[in-house]
Amino acid sequence: MSHNAHVPIGPYHPLQEEPEFYKLVVDGEKVVDVDVRIGYNHRGIEKLSESKSYDQSIFLVERICGICSSSHPIACCQALEDIGGVEVPERALYIRSICQELERLHSHMLWLGLAGHFIGYNTVFMWAWKYREPICDIMETVTGNRQNYAMHKVGGVRRDIEREHVSYILKRLDEFIKNISILKGAVLDDPVLHERLKGIGILTKEDAIDYAAIGPVARASGVDIDVRRDHPYGVYDRIKWNVVTQEEGDVFAKTVVRILELFESVGIIRQCLDKMPEGPIDSNPKDIPPGEGIGQIEAPRGECFHYIKSDGTNSPVRHKVRAPTYMNFPTFRETVIGETISDATIILAAIDPCYCCTERMLIVDGSDKNIMGAEELIRLSQEKTRLIKDKYGER
Amino acid sequence: MLENLFKFMVYPGFLFSGAIGLLAGWFDRKITARLQWRVGPRWYQNFMDIAKLFLKETLIPDGASRMVFFAMPLLAIAGSTLASTIIMVINQTPGVTFIGDLIVVVYLMLIPPLALMLGGFASGNPLASLGGSREMKLMLSYELPFLLALVVPIAKAGYSIQLGGIITYQALHGPIFFSISGVLSFVVMLLCIQAKLGFVPFDMPEAETEIVSGMYIEYSGPALAMLKLAKAILAFALPALLITLYFGGIIFTASGILMSVLEYILILLLMIVIKNTNPRVRIDQAVRFFWRIPTALAVLAVVLAYLGL
Repeated sequence: MSHNAHVPIGPYHPLQEEPEFYKLVVDGEKVVDVDVRIGYNHRGIEKLSESKSYDQSIFLVERICGICSSSHPIACCQALEDIGGVEVPERALYIRSICQELERLHSHMLWLGLAGHFIGYNTVFMWAWKYREPICDIMETVTGNRQNYAMHKVGGVRRDIEREHVSYILKRLDEFIKNISILKGAVLDDPVLHERLKGIGILTKEDAIDYAAIGPVARASGVDIDVRRDHPYGVYDRIKWNVVTQEEGDVFAKTVVRILELFESVGIIRQCLDKMPEGPIDSNPKDIPPGEGIGQIEAPRGECFHYIKSDGTNSPVRHKVRAPTYMNFPTFRETVIGETISDATIILAAIDPCYCCTERMLIVDGSDKNIMGAEELIRLSQEKTRLIKDKYGER
Repeated sequence: MLENLFKFMVYPGFLFSGAIGLLAGWFDRKITARLQWRVGPRWYQNFMDIAKLFLKETLIPDGASRMVFFAMPLLAIAGSTLASTIIMVINQTPGVTFIGDLIVVVYLMLIPPLALMLGGFASGNPLASLGGSREMKLMLSYELPFLLALVVPIAKAGYSIQLGGIITYQALHGPIFFSISGVLSFVVMLLCIQAKLGFVPFDMPEAETEIVSGMYIEYSGPALAMLKLAKAILAFALPALLITLYFGGIIFTASGILMSVLEYILILLLMIVIKNTNPRVRIDQAVRFFWRIPTALAVLAVVLAYLGL
């Protein structure tokens, strides 16, 4: 029997300020086991969606995640368009792709800053978030909001990109690309960062495939997948861009993938603005026939999947959402075990976990605990209050 | 007796060095903020933080050893205050030096981290004991080059282990910093001080993003305020020691004080720049680093000092 201690991270993450719980079993500084608990914050979005009309449910899924508030609505719209066989006007597809890539830019910058913060490099944290500002400004120009864009609807988009805005967007993008080129140099050529990030949290290609990792996590392990290329939607098949992959699978490779994807995304936005045809932005479909449909989209963290079943009424019978982080969580077992606690936090952060995306699902494991109803919970709470009063006296 | 108490409590002891240390803390926050495109706090922010903490409740974790838990902040603050008092008093009147006062100062400066470590262990929190064990490893790693580098001023000043002796030597022969061995050992000292003050890249004992402030985790209210003050006083005493050893001490004339303030700001600036351009390293990397490069540099400096360079 070794002297293993438990180091808890959570149930409220000290840094990411979101509800999740990692129990690290450590031997000295070394992590020997990890237990990940999710489901501290069941939000019931899928059930809620069944009580909303289709138009409302798009606003609802937009609020699954503050960062992916373009990916989820687009995936949802695609699922609905899949059911109804709705044609989306070309211009709307371009605008959707622009929104998607802008979202990827701001999400990756957000992650880069957070990653810097995790390893105590607060300058990178602040600089990355400062450089992210132009992207939020462009988002405001395109959609009217910095976050929670309310941009997408079944059959198209709500706002058009005005011609006079294009030059503004290009100007801010130039500014952005100049800044991130500096940041890229500062991050990728820093020997201390190499020392700190290389060779830790390695996810091998086999493991990445076995655990069905997706998004930048898989691409950093040499798995060449990307929904944008493999199952093209929007206008990605009409535009020149590359899927960025790295072979090493460590935290550094994940960083490299995300940084290089920034440049790809900027390229995609530029091409979209250039090629965007004139025309309507909305095909105004009237109703959704009975049937089933799926929407797949490459969100910044990986494939985001929506399934909707319709019975011809105005609201879904079943709405299933699979957020990308959910698929990347299990890789922790391969990446964290054997590393030190210092590295554990950055490894856990390297998949870019989005807890609020994932936290909609409550996994009730009935094997080792009783499932409590409202009455039991009230009784439990009263008992606890009594115990506290007995211990500390009435105040 | 009363005079000594005044020296310890008011000037140049607790109140004075505490105030300077807190101002240095503000300077650090302000410069860091400017480097990161933030505005940064007003100059009295750190004073307000301490004042606020003194008004807060102190919680004692279940299962903590109360005696040790509360004694350690006092011990930490006493150790660092005494060290800074000795340094400043000897700077004022180099005559009051006593044999081995340099060694006393060095050991007194070890008390705050040791006390913090014990306090962390006493709190019974696993993250605190993790921080404590990291602090221990870090101490083991930086003390070796620190003490080796200390040999250089001692050797230069004719093998005097008196602060007064080193100050008088520099008054006659010019600052020790202006020699090859002096510069080398100053650099080593600066890196060690970075670790002693728990600045990035050597802040892993606290590492708020890994182990949630480590040893401080269970401290709250006045006890936490005292630990912060002990650290602030160290942030004054350690650069003051450096000024004493390498820049000829603080000469109490208008220009001398101005010089010392400039030197102090320079040392702080160097540390803040290192802090803001590096990520936190792992504890094993820190140990490896200190036992290789700074130790080698310090040995080289000692040899050079022996040769009179």
